[in-house]
Amino acid sequence: MKAFLRKEWMEWSRTGRLLILALVFTVFGIMNPALAKMTPWLMETLSDSLVDTGITTAEVTVTAMMSWSQFYKNFPIGLMIFVLMCSGSFTAEYEKGTLIPVVTKGLSRKRILAAKAVFLYGMWTALYFLCFGITYVYNAYFWDNGITGNLFFAAACTWLYGMWVIAFLVCFSVLGSGASQVLLGTGGIAMICFILGRFPKINAFLPGKLMEGMELLTKAVGREEYYAGAAVAFGMILLCMGAAAGCFDKKQL
Amino acid sequence: MEMLALSHVQKHFGEKEVLKDVSFSVPEHTVFGFVGQNGVGKTTAMKMILGLLPVSGGEIRVNDVPVRYGNTPTNRFVGYLPDVPEFYSYMTPKEYLRFCGEISGMPSKEIVSRSDELLKLTGLGQEKRRIKGFSRGMKQRLGIAQALFNRPRLLICDEPTSALDPVGRKELLDILASVKEHTTVLFSTHILSDVEQICDEIALLHEGRIAVKGSLEEMRKRKKEAAMELEMERVEETKSLLSAFPFLKNAQGSTLVLEDAKRLPDILHFIADRKMAVVRMERQETALVDLFMEVVGK
Repeated sequence: MKAFLRKEWMEWSRTGRLLILALVFTVFGIMNPALAKMTPWLMETLSDSLVDTGITTAEVTVTAMMSWSQFYKNFPIGLMIFVLMCSGSFTAEYEKGTLIPVVTKGLSRKRILAAKAVFLYGMWTALYFLCFGITYVYNAYFWDNGITGNLFFAAACTWLYGMWVIAFLVCFSVLGSGASQVLLGTGGIAMICFILGRFPKINAFLPGKLMEGMELLTKAVGREEYYAGAAVAFGMILLCMGAAAGCFDKKQL
Repeated sequence: MEMLALSHVQKHFGEKEVLKDVSFSVPEHTVFGFVGQNGVGKTTAMKMILGLLPVSGGEIRVNDVPVRYGNTPTNRFVGYLPDVPEFYSYMTPKEYLRFCGEISGMPSKEIVSRSDELLKLTGLGQEKRRIKGFSRGMKQRLGIAQALFNRPRLLICDEPTSALDPVGRKELLDILASVKEHTTVLFSTHILSDVEQICDEIALLHEGRIAVKGSLEEMRKRKKEAAMELEMERVEETKSLLSAFPFLKNAQGSTLVLEDAKRLPDILHFIADRKMAVVRMERQETALVDLFMEVVGK
């Protein structure tokens, strides 16, 4: 498995995937405080033209909360780019037939699946916390992160949501044969979860709840509101991995 | 001992029956040619031996262990060279072989020495480029290096010479012949000269069944007696031979073909009595191709 992990690292670093994703997540990390920092200047620049339309602007006080709000707005875009870039992680190997020499050397399919999944989870964790870390450091430098509540718990919740999406990415990568099928499947599940989240009665039990980090930061709700969604996400990750392991053994490569 | 045994193997894709009843066995330390026309099911059979496709019926055993679809334990005895080998294009040949060694659980020192040995054998020793820039022939060479890397007991090659130039083909056939001491080789092909050059035994697959199998010598004995070619100097003499012996066939110009060689003395008497001028008299080359044509009915 170590050899396959090394191969994945080589693939990410040599094909430019790592560089692109690291750049995207770094830019997002910088953009969150930068946009917050620029808000008063933007408002001032726009105020004259807004007055003409009858809208008056008041002076804006920028806090770390504004930057974190930007973080939670950008999070789905970052996750989407990650999924898009990794949708061919398995399927490109089926299409080219590069897994055949590996399997015919006696490497167990479960190890291949485990290595690929662990690598995707690992990279998601590293990139997510790179973005979070950059925003955190800038926020601490410019303002005060102390005004937020449950900052790390909220960060862990959105991270877990990303892990939940990646579990489906892995599952559909095993079931499907092309990147488009993987994207459709993963996107479809996220969409269904989003639509179901409109019903307040079940929202708390859906992994989509984990995306509502700002409510935790503003202390509008307590941590306990998120426990059910986190447990469901965790359970579904395990189910997805179990299903993927079962199907991958019989997958026609 | 038999390294590979297929017993009444069947394979159908939906309604289409590709393999109806395939049985043959490959003894240890032989080079076994698996011959058949394009699309007859050779690759399908090989993929089933590797557990990459499920069988519809029958049983396959490698080293007396049954093959299972998916995660088959038998692959630890096997090295495989696909017809169009594809590798990780961002690696160099040395890196790819290191990866092969690592997934086979080989110690690091052995990986280095084995890589050097095989890269030299396949003529890729000096190649520092990444696989991305490799031609199909170079990929085929790397393919044979990776297939032999973990010293497999059974080497399976799917049409290994079809993409190679004459020099590359000869080199590859030499490699296959040279590994016979340690490895049993099963290779599929439709190039019969390759079979004649290195195979000890062959099986001919036709219409989903093994039409003929046995050693190369047995195959040659099975063939019909070779025909004779007779080229006369003058056209009128050709015509007179044709009228005297209507079973002769006029190939082209003044060349005649005698399929039944037993009639040759009568013809020679006829020629000698009339002092006819013979340009050439030659026994047609006996080749596996005749048998192949006979089996496929063309």
